[in-house]
Amino acid sequence: MRRVAQHIATILLTVVLGGLLGATLVRFAPGFGVDEEELDARRSAASIEALRQSNRTESNVLSFYAHYLGGMAHGDLGFSRTLNRPVSELVSDRMPETLKSVGLGLILGWILGLAFAIPVAMSRSWALDLTAGILTGVLLCLPAAVLALLFLLSRAPARLVIALIIFPKVFRYSRNLLVRTAGLPHVLTARAKGLGGLRVFLWHVLPNAGPQLLALAGVSVSLAFAAAIPVEALCDLPGIGQLAWKAALGRDLFLLLNLTMIVTVVTLIANSSADLLARRSAA
Amino acid sequence: MKKPGLGAVFTILLLLSSGFAQSGNVLRFCLRSEPKTFNPLLVEEDSSDTIRYLTGGVLIRVNRDTQKLEPGLATSWKVSKDGRTITFTLRHKLKFSDDTLFSAADVAYTIQQMMDPSLHSPVGDSFRSGDGKTETKILSSEKVAITFPAPIAGLDRLFDQVAIMSAKSPRKEMAVLGPYYIAENKAGSYLVLRRNPNYWKHDASDRPLPYVDTVRLDIQQNRDLELLRFLRGEIDFVNSIDAEYFDKVTTEKPALAHDAGPSLDSEHMWFNQVPSSPIPDYKKAWFRSTSFRRAVSEAINREDLARVAFRGHARPAVGIFSPANQFWFNNKLQPHPFDQKSALSRLQQDGFKMQSGVLRDRAGHEVEFSIITNAGNKYRERMATMIQQDLAGIGMKVNVVTLDFPSLIERITRNFNYEACLLGLVNTDLDPASIMNVWLSSAENHQWNPNQKTPATPWEAEIDRLMKAQASTLNDHKRKQYFDRVQEIAWEQEPFIYLVTKNGLSAVSASIQNARPVVLRPQVFWNIDQLVAEKR
Amino acid sequence: MNWPRTLAVGFLLTLALMCGLAAFIAPSGYAHQFRDIPSAPPSHQHWLGTDDLGRDRLSRLLYGTRVSLLLAPGAALLSSLLAAIIGATAGFLGGWIQRVVMAATDLFLSLPWLFLLITVRALMPLNVSPVFSVVITFAMLGCLGWAAAARVVCADARALSNSDFILLARASGASGFRLLRRHLLPNLMPLIFAQFWISIPVFILAEANLGILGLGVAEPLPSWGSLLRELESYSSISSSPWQFAPLLLLIAVVSCFHLVITDRELPA
Repeated sequence: MRRVAQHIATILLTVVLGGLLGATLVRFAPGFGVDEEELDARRSAASIEALRQSNRTESNVLSFYAHYLGGMAHGDLGFSRTLNRPVSELVSDRMPETLKSVGLGLILGWILGLAFAIPVAMSRSWALDLTAGILTGVLLCLPAAVLALLFLLSRAPARLVIALIIFPKVFRYSRNLLVRTAGLPHVLTARAKGLGGLRVFLWHVLPNAGPQLLALAGVSVSLAFAAAIPVEALCDLPGIGQLAWKAALGRDLFLLLNLTMIVTVVTLIANSSADLLARRSAA
Repeated sequence: MKKPGLGAVFTILLLLSSGFAQSGNVLRFCLRSEPKTFNPLLVEEDSSDTIRYLTGGVLIRVNRDTQKLEPGLATSWKVSKDGRTITFTLRHKLKFSDDTLFSAADVAYTIQQMMDPSLHSPVGDSFRSGDGKTETKILSSEKVAITFPAPIAGLDRLFDQVAIMSAKSPRKEMAVLGPYYIAENKAGSYLVLRRNPNYWKHDASDRPLPYVDTVRLDIQQNRDLELLRFLRGEIDFVNSIDAEYFDKVTTEKPALAHDAGPSLDSEHMWFNQVPSSPIPDYKKAWFRSTSFRRAVSEAINREDLARVAFRGHARPAVGIFSPANQFWFNNKLQPHPFDQKSALSRLQQDGFKMQSGVLRDRAGHEVEFSIITNAGNKYRERMATMIQQDLAGIGMKVNVVTLDFPSLIERITRNFNYEACLLGLVNTDLDPASIMNVWLSSAENHQWNPNQKTPATPWEAEIDRLMKAQASTLNDHKRKQYFDRVQEIAWEQEPFIYLVTKNGLSAVSASIQNARPVVLRPQVFWNIDQLVAEKR
Repeated sequence: MNWPRTLAVGFLLTLALMCGLAAFIAPSGYAHQFRDIPSAPPSHQHWLGTDDLGRDRLSRLLYGTRVSLLLAPGAALLSSLLAAIIGATAGFLGGWIQRVVMAATDLFLSLPWLFLLITVRALMPLNVSPVFSVVITFAMLGCLGWAAAARVVCADARALSNSDFILLARASGASGFRLLRRHLLPNLMPLIFAQFWISIPVFILAEANLGILGLGVAEPLPSWGSLLRELESYSSISSSPWQFAPLLLLIAVVSCFHLVITDRELPA
């Protein structure tokens, strides 16, 4: 319980800090506070000045952030300049789409990754390793846009692209971990004593590689969210990844801040859960 | 009483079925982004403008094909001699889509909202001619007069952008007078518009318009996807299509590709002439020199830009307006010729010298500058790279810097930390009054040197005088004389180096009838109420 | 004899040599525009055809390989080293240090670093050479791409710190830096090599994607990233399969790296 409480406290502190740092990065990036509408030849000087004035309210990062935290306590996540809607509405509309894509991508990516990594580690087949290595190499080299286009051309669900982005990374790390663990003396001893492959894997390999695999699982959640941004933007899937892209192009501070905090919370929860599970299994 | 014969019954059934063939059908196309607003007075970007066009009823409509004015909600109008007052006679007994009655009070309400300074309506800004209040006078339920503080040239045309809102309806801007109303809005995904049962327009056979019952607008930012869906028959047209995609359609389904000829849009570049900009003084001196700008212009091969960057779907630009602007374009002007010898000769007259293939100024500085343009726009990136090679031919070293749009806007409007910029101009209006804020030297959008307290050069002072003169005259021919001279000065001085005029390209499915794509926006669905879609 | 590995090494060396001699081998300069033949198919003058500005694709591929083959592995090495040092140290020390470092790593993973890249670009002079700007881009990618791997390395280091051979080393009197360097780090190499191998194509593609925001290589200098961006358009790839040449080369190079480091990934 104490550990769980420590993790929760760490998460809260890190999220608050993350929000501030994220807001600072956005605030001081070039192009903040400018609006494409300023280039509209119809606009009078007064209108352009009014536009600039409305963007100046976000110029002091600390007071903006304090104001935001106060609003958040009442459920007000701010207003998106680029999409002209409350951020809470945007997030609640789009979150299910991203959760679907990310969830599916993670499950499928891990299934594929382990489906290749386990046989490679246990059989130590050079040919299988080479084939899997080349396949994952091809997938790593294919731009997300090309993958998405291929899926769309073949009328396959575009959200599966995330799985193909996660799979090579999961395979590579888990393959190396499992191969190393399978080469440990106690595993070789177990094999020599005649234990079956499945038993060796479940009782001797997996427990030793478990903490690292759990850490990888935690990290893969943030990789999946990162992959969701280009995939949703390219495939026009109305999730928060697409929202993040639009917010970045429009320097939409409220939207970016909220999305940063969401990603931070998800990343921290995933990694903390992995840590706790790893400790528990070690104990 | 004679019973109707079989023939009559058959005819009635045929008429009914043809009526049904034209109703119960769906028109599908895409919006490039989610509309930011449904308030017609606050429309700024393309998607919201599309919704306004499809749902808004306007007093006067500019026919996108003939470019002439047509009655809309107003059957007639009269502009006073002093150009300040316009009086409308409205159609009888019209209703909004929610059955609220339409009257002169709604026009007055819309104008008051539009001209409210706190709203900062972009449409309203087009009407802001001087200090003072805009007065509306309701003369009867079907007659209203609007008086502006100062004369407005081309006043009647501006009402094409003013969608009338209801003063009384509880649905506010969602109660509309146009051919469609918004029936469904799935944010981020699609919108569904249904025919407005109270739409005032009928065809020649007195059949109520529009023919198409439902319009479905999918939000599709990715143009590859949009093209794919069009070729698969999932959407009915692509309103404005890029040159590469146009070629793809021409290859696969040539009958569906439409080229309406030169559009109103142009691509141009300019040099930074802001005195306070943080660039070296010697570069400022180059950019302020007319000879330098003319030399750069002559060293650029516009034919190649049109042929290579735009795959032949563009032509060398002449100046401020393109030939598509039938009345206002100064047809005495021709595109600047490609002549690098002449360019070098101009530079030499200005004291520049070629030394071992490198151009240097009087003080020995190598002529090197950067062109910024917005990243992600491959046509501009291509043009910038081609200009880089062209100018290398006269010894200039050009660095192409692509920036994301907010960073670029910051440089050209706030800190002026740039040397040359390549951008495009989207002209939605034909009238030169719409570009006052570009050509007046005191204006914000006078991009090469904005917000001047007094004109920095005699030619800018002359342009100021001519633009103000054309804005205060109601006689179109006199206005044209003034504006022709503005175009000539711009051609001579080249504060903007106009590069190419793009063609108006679109793609329309064979299942759509009555489509006549034009260059004015919206290119394909400008006559939405007359389009016929095959029943799905 | 491990002939695939030998072949891979040979291929990489040959490629490096060809790129080094690009000035002599390339049919034309990478910037020269043959404007009469834009988007041309392969011919005897232009073996891979020309791009949309009429530039010889083979020349651009050779020069682009030079840029990417040098910089992408360099950035990958940087990110792998950072992941190794930070992850290993945190895992080895454990306790509150590990918790703080990992929380900072998680935070690092979540922040929108895109804006830092945009800011760095804005701080650079506009008239900076394309080579300099692409070096900066890859250096930044290297500095920002360590966090995910560091987490996994930390977990691994933590597990290894409690293993028998480390206990034995401690009992023998080894401590601190020596323990980390001589006993722990070699056993972390499988993960570090995995990170290195994954990062190469990831950084090349990242450079391509950053081009959409103006943060990639500047014209007319080619890179694999800029060449791969051509593939992202449906209108061009369906009619010009020779545009896949940079992708095939990238796959070949990444596969060769895989073959070269595979043996090294197994435990010491």
